[in-house]
Amino acid sequence: MISISRILAIFFKELAQLRRDRMTFGMVIMIPLIQLILFGYAINTNIRDIPVAVVDQSQTALSSILVDMVEATTVVTVTEHLQSPEEAIEAIKAARVRAAFILPPDLSKRVATSPAVGLGYPSSTDQENSRPVAQWIVDASDTMIASGILSLRNMPLSELNRQPPNRTTATFEVALFYNPEQRTAVNIVPGLVGIILTMTMIMFTSAAIVRESERGNMEMLINTPVKPIELMIGKIIPYIFIGLLQTVIILGLGHILFSVPFGSKSVDLFIGTLLFIGASLSLGLVLSTIAKSQLQATQMTVFVLLPSILLSGFMFPYEGMPVIAQYIAEAFPATHFMRMIRGFVLRDAGLIELYRDVLWMCGFFVLGMIVAALRFKKRLD
Amino acid sequence: MNTVSPEIAIEAKGLVKKFKDFRAVDGLDLTIERGMIYGFLGPNGCGKTTAIRMLTGLLTPTEGSVEVLGMSVPKDAEALKYKIGYMTQTFSLYGDLTVLENLNFMSTIYGITGKEQSDRIKEVMKRYDLADLKDRFSGRMSGGQRQRLALAAAVLHQPELLFLDEPTSAVDPESRRLFWEQLFDLVSDGTSIIVTTHFMDEAERCHKLAILEAGQKRADGTPKELMASMGANVVEIEGPNLREIRRKLDGKENIMAAAQIGARLRVLVHDDVADAEAYLKAAPETDGATLIEQVRPNLEDVFVTATGKGRQ
Repeated sequence: MISISRILAIFFKELAQLRRDRMTFGMVIMIPLIQLILFGYAINTNIRDIPVAVVDQSQTALSSILVDMVEATTVVTVTEHLQSPEEAIEAIKAARVRAAFILPPDLSKRVATSPAVGLGYPSSTDQENSRPVAQWIVDASDTMIASGILSLRNMPLSELNRQPPNRTTATFEVALFYNPEQRTAVNIVPGLVGIILTMTMIMFTSAAIVRESERGNMEMLINTPVKPIELMIGKIIPYIFIGLLQTVIILGLGHILFSVPFGSKSVDLFIGTLLFIGASLSLGLVLSTIAKSQLQATQMTVFVLLPSILLSGFMFPYEGMPVIAQYIAEAFPATHFMRMIRGFVLRDAGLIELYRDVLWMCGFFVLGMIVAALRFKKRLD
Repeated sequence: MNTVSPEIAIEAKGLVKKFKDFRAVDGLDLTIERGMIYGFLGPNGCGKTTAIRMLTGLLTPTEGSVEVLGMSVPKDAEALKYKIGYMTQTFSLYGDLTVLENLNFMSTIYGITGKEQSDRIKEVMKRYDLADLKDRFSGRMSGGQRQRLALAAAVLHQPELLFLDEPTSAVDPESRRLFWEQLFDLVSDGTSIIVTTHFMDEAERCHKLAILEAGQKRADGTPKELMASMGANVVEIEGPNLREIRRKLDGKENIMAAAQIGARLRVLVHDDVADAEAYLKAAPETDGATLIEQVRPNLEDVFVTATGKGRQ
């Protein structure tokens, strides 16, 4: 029979040790706090103010108006004026700018015939007339920077002609649900709950069992009637509370600083988070039964942590990954939780709608606990 | 299953533990009666700790059978854990918990709760002089205090059999003396105790002991029996040139060992020689000695004759 009082004894023991371990205790609070502020402000996938160089070979009033118009889009900021395209390429190579805007000597002529300006010329198939007015050279190694500049490709120039912009009808109407203002923080903050929990939960528990061996307590412990499953459960309970506390910090502060909604599904959110905490903790425990020292436990944690974060869909959309990577991603609890928490707080989805992720998480937790308890031997050989 | 008589605490037959090719314990037979302190005496690495770990079920024997308190080990090891206490070689309670927290934890683990728990803890704290230390972190206590705490934690659940693995290696002589008094108290309350040691004076306090070397039992019995049957007589020599005498005696026929102890040379003479004192007096190697007399053997002599070069 599993003894509740033994589980509680281990829980209170862990709690007392945790309370006295100021470093760990500090990390519990500081990791979510600092990372939230850091990521919330720093991560932005809407590119603004890309530094660019201008090579103005026409030197006319028109060219400077054109540069002003480009800058007015706020996509780019002109940081340098250079003489030749060669200099511009050097500047890109040296990473002083990410792109260069080349205005050719015959700019005025090109503008006059460009359909983008809309001076009333019939659109022409004539090579001479259909030339673009100017050129961008872009450091396209970063795809997000490149697509930022690419968005300028079809910029209307009708303002040059003191005409209002073309009121063309869009081919498609696009309704942006759940994050109409396209604020990155709305997507990042709930995802951050998954990242922080993955990190702290696996990190703390992966050291939990091996620490007892390292400090010499294990030989005493395995001489008592304590059962492996009691030890496992007693050890993870304190971290469940820690995980919930961290979730409250991130979502609460995310709401205050970045106006990220809570969503209306607080019960579903609570249960889903509990499940994820459980799954992460059981993964940490399994690592802890494999590791021979706390150092090894930390190394294994990093080994699991990186793919679990990068494949989770936190920063790079899951849909963009090749199928094989998607299968690997599915194995990690973080991927499922990322889907779940964004569903709860952004889309008001519930556990029912997300039942696949819920079931998977339950399975992972139970399997992890069983494996950890089976792997834990009350023997020294 | 219960083939052993109730007076027997431990019965081990042909116990072997191999680590790869190394035989840490090599064919150990033990019969240990209840109600006494039984010592394992041997140098470091002789297999004492390995033997104890097999007896408590922490290690699975490669060969042989063990019955502890009538239970077969390691098969019934979990049930046995309620009946035995174990004090590890190094302090293994939690250094970042207080004395009281450690005792609370250990008693709950053994299923002692409620009033019984507080009574037991109060009792062991009184008995082992821990009441004033109850809020001290055990990691910040002295070796003697920690040892008292470890003993208190090991007897909280009133085990029938207590295993102590080199219990006094980290404490001062005064604490050691006190510790042994406490062990005898436990024995008079009906506890059986197995203790390992490499101290002769400690071994001498055991009711019975086994001398271990290289994983094998070299001799066993009460200290008195061991001294009587060690197959040597002890002669002490005084004189100005003891180092020289020692060098000359070394390797001489019938001389099992010679070692200087203070101002005297202690010589073990094989008991094939009827009168050891006369034998040495007549020997040319002892020229210059001012005194040659036969003395009472002690346990160290037993140890020397039973192990290493002295063994024949």
